[in-house]
Amino acid sequence: MIEILAKYNYWIVIILLCTGLYGIMAKQNLIKKIIALNVFQTSVLLFYVSMSKIEGGTAPILLNHGHGVQPLFDNPLPQVLMLTAIVVGISTTAVALSIVMLIYRQYGTIEEDQILELNKHND
Amino acid sequence: MIKHLPALLIVIPLLVAIITPLIGRINRALSWYTATITTFISFVISLSLLKTVLEQGRISYWMSGWEPPWGIEYAIDYLNIFVLIIISFMAFVGAIYSKKNIDIEIDEEKKPFFYSVYLLFVTGIMGMTVTGDIFNIYVFLEITSLSSYALIALGKKRQALLAGFNYLIMGSIGATFFLLGIGYLYLMTGTLNIADLAVRLPEFYHTKAIFTAFTFLAVGLLMKLAVFPLHFWMPNAYAFAPSTISAVMAATGTKVAAYVLIRVMFTVFSLEFYAQAPFNIQYILLVLAVAAILAGSIMALAQTDIKKMLAYSSVGQIGYILLGITLMNTNGMIGSLIHLLNHALMKGTLFLVVGAVVYRTGLTSIENFRGLGKKMPFTMAAFTIAALSMTGVPLTVGFVSKWYLSVASIEIGMWWLVPIILLSSLLTAIYFWRIIDNVWFKPALGEEGLEHGHDNHRKPKSNDAPASMLIPTFTVAMLCLVFGVFAYGPVSLAEKAAMILLK
Repeated sequence: MIEILAKYNYWIVIILLCTGLYGIMAKQNLIKKIIALNVFQTSVLLFYVSMSKIEGGTAPILLNHGHGVQPLFDNPLPQVLMLTAIVVGISTTAVALSIVMLIYRQYGTIEEDQILELNKHND
Repeated sequence: MIKHLPALLIVIPLLVAIITPLIGRINRALSWYTATITTFISFVISLSLLKTVLEQGRISYWMSGWEPPWGIEYAIDYLNIFVLIIISFMAFVGAIYSKKNIDIEIDEEKKPFFYSVYLLFVTGIMGMTVTGDIFNIYVFLEITSLSSYALIALGKKRQALLAGFNYLIMGSIGATFFLLGIGYLYLMTGTLNIADLAVRLPEFYHTKAIFTAFTFLAVGLLMKLAVFPLHFWMPNAYAFAPSTISAVMAATGTKVAAYVLIRVMFTVFSLEFYAQAPFNIQYILLVLAVAAILAGSIMALAQTDIKKMLAYSSVGQIGYILLGITLMNTNGMIGSLIHLLNHALMKGTLFLVVGAVVYRTGLTSIENFRGLGKKMPFTMAAFTIAALSMTGVPLTVGFVSKWYLSVASIEIGMWWLVPIILLSSLLTAIYFWRIIDNVWFKPALGEEGLEHGHDNHRKPKSNDAPASMLIPTFTVAMLCLVFGVFAYGPVSLAEKAAMILLK
């Protein structure tokens, strides 16, 4: 039991992942969908950062030009990968928001059901 | 210089994409020349890489000289180069074709940005194809996806915006699943290089983590590939995007996703993994493929808009590609790879023809195709060739891949797949016949009286598409015939690729 609870960051990953997916599917408001998508993507960031963490590890910086005893390092690679993923997340949000802005200009609403209704009438 | 070609393939379009809006400030018309020349250079580089691969085998290029698995490796073998040639050619054709198409489908001041995003899209698809690093694939996948959301949303009708937005949501979910899958692989093996993963992974095949990794990777890619139950983003995206983009995306976007699926399934993972997985992965994918083949064709029958019909037909054709992959034998893989080429050529032609029809008439309903055979004879000839090829008539490319798929199904004792392939071909013939009948045998709307009442000298005037649209369309249509008759070239390349994958 304790062993399962000790991996709490992975539980948070799963909770965020499911919350995000639920939000994407259940919400009609397009902005809320984007927020849910962000939550969903953020869970993956936490997943990568958690796996790179070693108990008692510090930031990976060489001390004394690499001479002498070195402390335990965390794995820096997943963290660097997540920098890329954060950039991707921001770009996705930017593109999504600009599309939503255009949708608002064209339809006057950002509720998905109303937009679909308008599409039905005008076609 | 020659040594650095794999990097230049990506770097040139990427840099030109950034400077295209600046060039567009000087003169908007220049942006078309920039895009066309850049995609042409990429195509030439791909051809020269093909020559190198055929002579020397696998190319391994180390980004900034860092030795793999520490640095990023660009690895090109028979499989990549096969896909690379297809997509760079179609990107080039799309660029030429776009000139007139964009005139009517996109606002004048947006043109330079259109070409900038187009080149980013090309960068992304080529990057996904040549890179030998799985995280790099994710990055290029996102570059491709982000640019395609923007390109789809550029469509003239306002529905294009919602289509783009829905694709954004689905595409991001798919890409995030893919990223999670990579995370599990890295957690277990500590490497991201595909060749290195292939070496280190087998000892972990029995673990749950690796099975989870496979599931996430596969679901993410199937979403990008628009396999049947996950295809919902595709019909609207293709229907409302500008015609050039429908053609280029249908011919390259899904093909690259299929390539990555093959790479993950047979290079990162291997046949041993499927033998010891807790579920029968082959059967699950086979059911999806058969469902896609049948459902795609049946839904295509119900459409009245030609772009939507072609999109649903793509769902069915993607089913064929997946079918070949899941049969997991050499002939199946050849069939799948050849179908990748075929579908790029056939669907490319069909969407290009639709673009030409939109240019002349502005409409996309099937009804509107009546009598077009007399007005646009060459364009419609190209359409007919591609439609015959989709059906799988001998001497066209469509026949070659269906032949290999049928042979492969019989080889592993799944003979019941052959009637399914035949049935789907029959359905394809039916939904294309509706259009061909309209095109060649029915008079245009409002001209029925003229046909019968008056004498023959009042022929409808031929008003074919402009040369910059007609020549690319016709070239691709001719390739459908050329590779149908001289199938040896692509088949031998696909065979070499299949041998390596299924070793």
